[in-house]
Formats: sequence, C-alpha cells, structure tokens
Amino acid sequence: MADIALAAPPAATRLTREEAGFARRELTRRRLVAFGLVAPLLIFIGFAFFAPITTMLHRSVYNPTVVELIPDTLTVLEAWSGEGTPAPEILTSMAVDLKRLANERTSGKLAEELNRGLPGTSSLVKSTARKLRRAEDAALATDGATLLLDANPKWAEPELWQTVRKVGRTYTDTYFLTALDLERDAAGSIGARQSARIYVQLYTKTLRIALVITVLTLLLGYPLSYCLANAPARTANILMVFVLLPFWTSLLVRTTSWIALLQTNGVVNSVLMSIGITSEPLEMMFTEFATIVAMTHILLPFMVLPLYSVMRGIDPSYMRAALSLGSSPIPAFIRVYFPMTLPGLSAGALLVFIISVGYYITPALVGGTDGQMISNIIAFHMQQSNNWELAAALGSLLLLLIIGLYWVYDRLVGADNIKLG
Amino acid sequence: MVLAVSQVSESETRPGPRRVAGSSAPAARAFQADRFLQFIDVKKSYDHKTLVVKGFSLDVAEGEFITLLGPSGSGKTTILMLLAGFESVTGGEIQINGTPITRLAPYKRNIGMVFQNYALFPHMSVVENLAYPLKVRNLDRRDIDSRVEEYLSLVELSGFGNRHPAQLSGGQRQRVALARALIFEPSLVLMDEPLGALDKKLREQMQFEITRLHSKLGFTVIYVTHDQTEALTMSDRVAVFNDGVVQQCATPDVLYEQPENAFVADFIGENNLIPGTVAEIAGDRVRVTLAGGQEVLTQRGDVSGTGTDCIVSVRPEKMFIKPSDHAYDSEITACFIVRHYVGDFIRYYFELPDGSEVTIKVLNDLAAPKFDEGQNAQLIWQASDCFAFRAT
Repeated sequence: MADIALAAPPAATRLTREEAGFARRELTRRRLVAFGLVAPLLIFIGFAFFAPITTMLHRSVYNPTVVELIPDTLTVLEAWSGEGTPAPEILTSMAVDLKRLANERTSGKLAEELNRGLPGTSSLVKSTARKLRRAEDAALATDGATLLLDANPKWAEPELWQTVRKVGRTYTDTYFLTALDLERDAAGSIGARQSARIYVQLYTKTLRIALVITVLTLLLGYPLSYCLANAPARTANILMVFVLLPFWTSLLVRTTSWIALLQTNGVVNSVLMSIGITSEPLEMMFTEFATIVAMTHILLPFMVLPLYSVMRGIDPSYMRAALSLGSSPIPAFIRVYFPMTLPGLSAGALLVFIISVGYYITPALVGGTDGQMISNIIAFHMQQSNNWELAAALGSLLLLLIIGLYWVYDRLVGADNIKLG
Repeated sequence: MVLAVSQVSESETRPGPRRVAGSSAPAARAFQADRFLQFIDVKKSYDHKTLVVKGFSLDVAEGEFITLLGPSGSGKTTILMLLAGFESVTGGEIQINGTPITRLAPYKRNIGMVFQNYALFPHMSVVENLAYPLKVRNLDRRDIDSRVEEYLSLVELSGFGNRHPAQLSGGQRQRVALARALIFEPSLVLMDEPLGALDKKLREQMQFEITRLHSKLGFTVIYVTHDQTEALTMSDRVAVFNDGVVQQCATPDVLYEQPENAFVADFIGENNLIPGTVAEIAGDRVRVTLAGGQEVLTQRGDVSGTGTDCIVSVRPEKMFIKPSDHAYDSEITACFIVRHYVGDFIRYYFELPDGSEVTIKVLNDLAAPKFDEGQNAQLIWQASDCFAFRAT
C-alpha cells in the first residue's frame, strides 16, 4: 500500500514523449505569435531609427571621396616622407589623375575636398586640371611632373601634399576635431583650431539655453500642475484642455504667433509703448530671449503632463498626515509633498531638456543669429555648406552629450524614478 | 431634523436608566461627566446649501474609546475631518478641555491621526516616519532615537526601522501608522477606518492590538468605521450615525439590546422589523396589532401614541419556535418558507399573513425542528426582547 503511494507521484509528474512534444510545439507556437506581434515594430525601429543613426555615425568618420577620385596618386604618395617636394613619379601620377578628372568633369569635387583641408586650393586644382586637359597622354606619362609644376608652381609645396594625404584617408577624425574646434597640425598632434572657433561655444550655449528653458518650464509648470491636480475633476479637465491646446495647434503656427507678439511693431511692443513703459520698441525678435520665450511656451506641456499625473496620484492624506503630526504647511510641503513629486519632476525636466537641446524649428524662426542652437548649425551644414560629414560629426557629438547627461542623471536620481504617467 | 438633534442631546445629557442598566466598567467611566472633548451642536456644509452634519453634540471623557459608526455618506468621516481641522466647522464648536479648537490650525491641535491608507511617507524609512513628528517639535536627537526605539518595540516592529513602507506588509504598515500617531503623545487619537484595507484575520489581530495599546497608554480615541463588529468589540461607547445626525450613542450592549429607534435596531446586528399599529400604551409596555391582524406585546421604543403606525423589532435569536421550553408572552402564527444551514446555527425563514418576512436563528442541536414548505408554525418571544418603534 505504502509502496504504491510512494511510487505513484513520479510516474504521474513525468511527461511522456508525446506529451513533451505537444508542450514544446505549443511553446514554439506562442513564441512565434509573440514575435510576429512585435516584428513590425522591430523592423520599423531598425529601419527608421537604428539604420539612420548608424549611417550618421559612420558618415562622421568615413570620407571616401578623395580616395575614389585619385586612388593611384594616393598609393604612390605613401612613399613620400612628408618633407620637401614629393618625387617626380608622384607628381606625374597626380597630373595623370587630374587630366582624367578634368575629362570626367569631377575635378571640382577634388577641389572642394582639398579646399576644406587647405583653404585656397580650390582654384589651384581647377585651373591645373583645365590646363592638363589639353596635354597629350604620352607627354603626361613621361613628363607629368614638369607639366604639373608648369601649370602652377604651388604643386611643389609640401603643405599642399600633406593636405592631399590628410584628406585622402578613407577614415578620418577631422570632422570630429572640427566639431570640437580642434585641428591636427602638420606634425599630426592635436591642438586648438586657429581659424573660427564656434562649435564648442555653440554647444555651451545650447546647453545653457536648454537649462534655462527647463528651469522656466519647471517654475511655471509646478504650481500649474499642483493647481490642476488638486482641482475638482471637472475644473481640472477643462484646465487640462488649455494645457493640451498647444499640442493640437501646429508648431509653426505657435512659433509664428510669437513672431507676431515679439516683433518690433508687435503686440508686446505696442502695449509697452502705449502704456508708457518704454518710449521706443524693444528689440526682442531674433534674439536668444525670443528663442527662450517661445520654446518655454512650446515645451511647457511636456513638464506639466508628467508632473500632473504624478501629483494626481498623491493622496491628500499624506499632507494631512504631516499636518496632524504637527508640521506647519510649508515645511510639510517641502519634506513630504515635494519629494513625492520628484519622479514626475525629473521625468518632465529630462524630457524638456533633451527636447530643447535638439530643437530646431523655433530657434530657426525666431532666434536670429543670436538665438541659434546646435541643431541650426547641423541643418546649415546639411543644406547649405553641403558638408554632411561635419553635420554627422556634430550630430553624433550631440547624441553622445545627451547619452552622457542621461548617464549622469541616472547616477544622481536613478532612471527608475522617472514616471511619465 | 430638530427632533433628531434634541434626541441626540437628550441621550448625551440625560443620566437615563438605560445607561445604568447596561453599566459595564467603560460605561461607568464615560458617565463621570468628564468633558475632555466636547462637540457642541456642530454643523457642516460643503456647498453652503445642505448640511452634511446636522447638529452633532457629544461629550467624550478622557481615555475613552468612542466609535462613530454609520453607513457610508452618513457624515462620520466629516466629523473626524472637522476635529482634525482639515475641514472648517460651519456652525457650533469643538472644545478640548474647555478650550475651543474650532479655529485652530490642524498642526497646532496636537491630535494624532491614523488614516485608512496609512499615509506613511513612502520616501522615508520607518524610523524617519516615526521621527517626523518629533523632529518638527525640535526634540533632541537622542530623545528622538530612544523614543522611536521605544515605540517600535511597542508595536512589535523592532528591527524593521530601516525598511521603507513599501517593504512592509499591510499589518506592519498599520502598526507603523499607529506608532506614528501615538509617538508625540497626542491628547487625542483619531482613526479613520484604519483596518478597512486589511483581510479578516489581520483585522481581528489589529483590533486586539489597538485595544491593547489603548488600555496600556490610556489615550482618547475617536474611531470611525462602518464595520459594526469592529465597533461593538473595541469601543467603550458607539455613536450610530445616519443622515448627519447621531441616532444613538451608547455602550455596545445597550446599543444592541436596547436600540432607541428603528434605524439603530435595523443597523446594529440582525433584526426582524414587522410593521403594525399601536393598539395600547401602558407605561413601559405597548400592545401592537400587526399588519396581519395578530396582536403582540412589546417594550416601548419611541412610539408616540395609540393608533400610530409602528415597527416591531425582535432579534432572530430571541424568537423561538413552538414547542419550546422558553417563557413567552407573545405568540404569532407564520408560514414556513425555507431553512438555511449555516453551521453553528440554522436560519429559518417564515412569512407572516401580511407578507412580511421573519427570520429565526436556532442553535444547531437536536431540537432544531423540521418543516415542510407552507406549513404553519407558532413563533414565540418575550415582550422584554421586543420593541415598538415609530415607523419612518
């Protein structure tokens, strides 16, 4: 009797081969269904997020143009010591390449690339190419070096060849150095850039503006959220519509309305002058002030929403408890209520800060030159100077900066404490 | 309304025979006319139109355990909010030791409060929670530490000091909340359905815990609940609330055995309420003609005069089915419907000729009779267990 009772359970708990097969197939089927459900999202993220960012990161260090244009010259140039005029065969190779480029009408590309490395080389390359186009192939092959120097004696200068070698690398850190206002001198050591240093200053300014906007939205948003969270449900819903209204209006319309308000003959100036506070219009448009004001307005909901949802969840009995324990209202607020709103506060602050660091349209419209942020320069390099590599380097640095700030935030506050709703 | 108010104050001020009749030790203490906490005709309106609390008067002795019991929306929590100072009093006055506190800010009242959701500060550890009321009173660091340790051991949570509220079970949180409300030695402790969120077993354990602390430390408690078992087992006196007024305030046994009106009779425990008409009033006894035509003898509740409609209340355990050894002076015939087996007792349902239902609890022993559906039975009881109340 006892033996049977002991022997029975293991036999019952073990699966037969057939049952195990069923269980496995069932599990596989469920996994497939689950994967099928998330697959479109994964594909979309990969396609629309990871691929572009990887491309951008790659582009910021990858520069194949020159290599593709004058591969032979670059190969022979490797033999050059870096001092004095390169050997004649190197010059000859360059002359042959230039003629080919002139015929292919791509010498302009080389001129542009070289000019970026050493300003003033553009015309040198173009005019030499033009002259060499008429030269005989045979003459070029034997006496290319002379023809090249005849076309322009500058081809004898080692500085030019150093530049050729520099821009002739497929992978380069030049753009990152430029983005950080650094450059490599002839000896290859890194130092501060001699010409215009604008990017570091621009990054600092962008961070400063973002910080000011975050603080402003916090100062405006905290009391507002508190008021909303403690209002009766109906009033709160109506007020919430006003907070959300900007979301339903086009960003462009909202920014333009700020132009109407801030411009020299705008609403604010007219009012100020009509009530006699100022005698002449204040210049508010196309300044950093305009950027900050307009962006604070636009980003306010991003601060209010997480704060509101966190405050809404704080039971009034906490404050009551603090009061009944003998704490007067303000200390009770600071010691009890405020710490409980920190998850919403940090979520809102992080959101506003990160969004404003990368903000583009508003500074572009109302900021003028004074209120430009880093995104505007990135856009400039993409659209006007056609220097996508530098734009990619600037963008990558921005990404690194934000990841770095997030890391600092995570260490200080803890990312788990973020609460969006 | 006016009637109800006068009734309340009557029950508070009159040293009536009822309270003496039910005199247990706590009742005697309440009877010392020690007016530690006084509500004097307190009124409260939220919308400036209707009163939520309609003239609430109550005297509480020092060290007494008073429970406000009532259905939800009866205004009992509002009383607590008024007392704690979170809501302003619309009319009347609240006094502690003869000093009015009606206009005093909540943080100056020195009243401890235990909330239904405990309201433990989630970002502070247990020790910090307990130290909070002492810190705001600028106590010495060492005093705070020793007091916190003392109260932690009082609620049997020594060693849990460094945990955060989220790491505690419901019962433990409740203990911390209790300790926090007591640690600054308030003159008065308010508890707003403190055990509402706990399961049955834990609730009974905490009821014991609260009464233990109460008798050990001797603080005064105003306790709000809608659970009558809780109210009856823990309190010195229970104030039954309905519709913004106190229907009756008395010791648990008086409340159960001698309700003052039909609401209390119905609300406290189980009761059979049978409609009828007053046939004759003779001193303390009333003869009632039930709606079905049968006549019974009852005690006088709050019926006003002969010929008025009334409600006869008899508790299911005070009624017996003939044949029975119990003495009786009222007897009615009723039709058996069904019996439900509960375990320790059996519940019988009968129908009276007028259609009203009567329930009887019979101990589950050999004497529990069996009936067929539709069979008539004789139900008996003593007039002393039965009251005639004004029909509402």
